[in-house]
Amino acid sequence: MTVSQLIDALEMKLLTKGTDISREIKGGCVCDLLSLVMANGTEGMAWITVQSHLNVVAVASLHDFACVIVCDGCEVDADTVAKAEEEGITVLSSALSGYEIAGRMYEKGVK
Amino acid sequence: MTERGSATFEEIHSVEKGNFATAGQGAAAFKNMLKKLGVNSSVVRRVAIASYEAEINLAIHSDGGKLVLSVYPGKIRLVSEDIGPGIADIELAMQEGYSTATEEVRMLGFGAGMGMPNMKRCSDSFDLKSALGKGTTITMEFNL
Repeated sequence: MTVSQLIDALEMKLLTKGTDISREIKGGCVCDLLSLVMANGTEGMAWITVQSHLNVVAVASLHDFACVIVCDGCEVDADTVAKAEEEGITVLSSALSGYEIAGRMYEKGVK
Repeated sequence: MTERGSATFEEIHSVEKGNFATAGQGAAAFKNMLKKLGVNSSVVRRVAIASYEAEINLAIHSDGGKLVLSVYPGKIRLVSEDIGPGIADIELAMQEGYSTATEEVRMLGFGAGMGMPNMKRCSDSFDLKSALGKGTTITMEFNL
């Protein structure tokens, strides 16, 4: 499943402009602890979190994640979006819970 | 340490106390440099993780410091040096889950006590020297 297909399937809001949404999502994680994501992240992941500060972009960029999904309707700062665009990291937002997003992604074959 | 000064490439990144906004820039710069040098991607990944953890630690815990990345023909050395305050109990600081980070820092998703264990896990050798009132130096090496 690509980031673009995920946006359509789960009616997510695309917050960043100019990033590559044709990327394949190779896995996922639901976590708000940055050190844990740093330790366990792998390239191409979709990271579901309620954290939305600048360091989220740094972690996502170091791991070359496919996208970051800010869940539960949490607000994302304009600074974070700007930084993500600069780093080429796609940031999505969703009113759904992390649990539901992960479940639906899994159902659609992201494992 | 005899190889210091004979590194093929060296890059230095300064980290200010409490500056979370730019944390990760050093790790990103190191990652890009190593990628350009054609270093194996799994090594690049381990150096990037260790650099990021060191950078965050400098921002959270130190009074300021720097990261120095040196590339030698057979290995990469990453040194994190700060100007204080030093670690009171190194054994405790290395324990997974132990952290002295503030509640504010924890709310950002840091301070889980995983930083130094992560650095140790990522590197092929890990050495920590610290003196209260003086500072901490962590030297990590990655075999190529």
